[in-house]
Amino acid sequence: MCLAIPGQVLEIVDEGNRLAKVDVAGVKRNVSVGLLDDEDGGVAVGDWVLIHVGFAISRVDEAEAEATLKLLAGMEESYEQELEELKGSSIE
Amino acid sequence: MRSEQRVLEIIETARGKRPRFKDELVTMAHGAGGKASQTLIEGLLAPSFDSAALAELGDAGAVEVDGREIALTTDSFVVRPIRFPGGSIGELAVNGTVNDLAVSAARPLALTVSLVLEEGLAADELRAEVEAMAAAASAAGVEVVAGDTKVVERGRCDSMYVCTTGLGRVDPRADLGTGKIEPGDRVLVSGPVGAHGTAIMLARDELGLDAEISSDTRSLWPAVEAMLDAAGAELRCLRDATRGGVASALNELARASGVCVVASEDAVPVQPEVAAAAELLGIDPMYIANEGVLVAFVAPAGAEAALAALRTAPGCERAAEIGEVGAEPPGMVLVDTAFGGQRVMDLLAGDPLPRIC
Amino acid sequence: MRFVEEFRDAELGATVAAQILSLLEPGRHYKLMEICGGHTHSIYRYGLTDLLPDEVEMVHGPGCPVCVIPMGRIDDAIAIAAREGVTLACFGDMMRVPGSEQTLLDAKAAGADIRVVYSPLDALRIARENPEREVVFFAIGFETTAPSTALTMTRARAERLANFSCFCNHVTIEPPLRALLDLPEFGIDGFVGPGHVATVVGLRPFEFIAADYGRPFVVAGFEPLDILHAIEMLLRQLADGRCEVENQYKRAAPDAGNPVALRAMAEVFELRESFEWRGLGEIPRSALKLAPAYADFDAELRLELPGASVPDPQACQCGDVLKGAIKPWECKVFGTACTPEHAIGTCMVSPEGACAAYYNYGRFAREGEPA
Repeated sequence: MCLAIPGQVLEIVDEGNRLAKVDVAGVKRNVSVGLLDDEDGGVAVGDWVLIHVGFAISRVDEAEAEATLKLLAGMEESYEQELEELKGSSIE
Repeated sequence: MRSEQRVLEIIETARGKRPRFKDELVTMAHGAGGKASQTLIEGLLAPSFDSAALAELGDAGAVEVDGREIALTTDSFVVRPIRFPGGSIGELAVNGTVNDLAVSAARPLALTVSLVLEEGLAADELRAEVEAMAAAASAAGVEVVAGDTKVVERGRCDSMYVCTTGLGRVDPRADLGTGKIEPGDRVLVSGPVGAHGTAIMLARDELGLDAEISSDTRSLWPAVEAMLDAAGAELRCLRDATRGGVASALNELARASGVCVVASEDAVPVQPEVAAAAELLGIDPMYIANEGVLVAFVAPAGAEAALAALRTAPGCERAAEIGEVGAEPPGMVLVDTAFGGQRVMDLLAGDPLPRIC
Repeated sequence: MRFVEEFRDAELGATVAAQILSLLEPGRHYKLMEICGGHTHSIYRYGLTDLLPDEVEMVHGPGCPVCVIPMGRIDDAIAIAAREGVTLACFGDMMRVPGSEQTLLDAKAAGADIRVVYSPLDALRIARENPEREVVFFAIGFETTAPSTALTMTRARAERLANFSCFCNHVTIEPPLRALLDLPEFGIDGFVGPGHVATVVGLRPFEFIAADYGRPFVVAGFEPLDILHAIEMLLRQLADGRCEVENQYKRAAPDAGNPVALRAMAEVFELRESFEWRGLGEIPRSALKLAPAYADFDAELRLELPGASVPDPQACQCGDVLKGAIKPWECKVFGTACTPEHAIGTCMVSPEGACAAYYNYGRFAREGEPA
């Protein structure tokens, strides 16, 4: 249920059957993009999608990804002290 | 209710015992290099043949002939398809056997080749494999001195099976053995992992993946010779990381020598496409078969020199130090994950299967 | 790998871990449940418990679609595969799951035509390329996977394939969560929610958990940073006294889910009246079967199946593990009679089963403890 990996749409290979060639770090696979045929139109070349069992099940929003990473990086208070305690408490 | 510690103790005690081979049928798992293979080997084969050399469970067996130590090894190759990016069954057969000798620090001298051919195999295909074997043998500096051929009816084997036996002379510069491994020893890997098994999976074309991934089949004797030269006395043990991958090789050595191996995930070289294909299928590259990768356990004093020497050998430019030997917990392989926590890296039960969850 | 490696960054991990520490109420112990087996797998695989303080305890939930399939259904799948002329196509996850006598791997060794596929579309291709064989696709998964099966069935129907059918074991996420929350003494403070299920169903199905049961719920992605972030968000809610459904996985899971996927499911499936869940018993309206329009493609209608309800072996405590009532190592047969090579229950053989994850990744004495 949970194994899904982001890939980028390279080309639509079969319009009728809604198949697109997607690239994941150099590995290519044809996936069905039919689940993303919404009112805004289907996927476009260059879109990032989440691939699960040979289907694109959702789009990956680059802006949201950046925003999440920025938020995490912003948790910056340097808890040097706390980090030490953290390492200490991991020894059960 | 038992404490977590007690449960772990009970499990480790049970795992330390020699396994009993109780399965009713042979399954694909028995050929995968994981736990099922281990049970078959330790529970049936080794006890039945009752040989001290065999009990070492090394990649080759040592036999003394007139005061010299000779290494002897055998391998069968049953890969499908027989031709794939980066090589073919013929090359695998030669390099695989040469490598079993090499990691026993034995200079490969001679091979025998036994062919089981499927009725209907095209003569051109057979010719191509024989030529591939001859080329690989020549490149590896070994002579094919004897052979055998059998033909079986259509459907009884996948095009052809190749069985090779190799003979080599153990090099006096090293004294290798699982018993030599000690806490503090460094663990080296000779190159990027997971390429061969991934290339085969892709070549079977059942998973619909397309990538520039080739088998890494090669002779590892130049790599071993370079290390013998630079740090022979400090080499403790070498192993060919074939089926079951680097993870299985490390587990076998940890178990045989009763030490703990701690590997660093970040340090293990992997080709990006192999990592991506493995990620897509939910398989860990550490368990995927290689045909041109070895792991080396080296005393700390020799680790730097051994690594530098490894990197001069063809295909081993990305060799890296990936871990260290500790004392506890014995027989286990632990991994410092790329994220910062630690986990166990055990043998798999059987073949790594693509998963969706 | 883009959108993957950035979320495995160890430095950011340490930052979030420190943030988590700062949110702890002194003297309080937190029990958080990660529902999805994929999260359990990630937690162990990345050693996340090493990065969490002792005060935060992760309890493993029932979101493993392999784990919850009862033995009788495995027996049915094996019966299908054993038939002359039938090819069973299934995901690798199912191969080692024990039925009452054997696994699918055993059945394959004994001669059944069972093929591991990566996608239901691969099963369709097998049917197309082998018209003389009856090809049955063993469908499993929560709402993450059901839409993909749905589109595959639509395609099969459009192509009028005469030799393809589906043995449907899709389950839905809301009913088991309700069943868990209704258990007496269900002492969970908050939930790490299933990110990929949410890409399909959105946030709405989980609102009852916060509104009616007073537990914060954060939908999370599957990389280690996502999980730590979701835990941070849960603790922040608890510290603030809030109780909401939040979305940590905004980059991939829209709050509204995927209407196209939901429509595809509605066309092809309908809810079964009841379905037996390992460990949770019969739960009404918790699983899918093919709708009447797709009766021709329903393996349960095309083929006669034993259809027996087989109780778990006496020794098996998978049910308690799935409910989070016990930890994997607290099961009486963990590691002894039940191991990944010879498993009694699903939790030990599913790739994301809690017992498998703990056995394969977490089973070692930490520094400073006797082995």
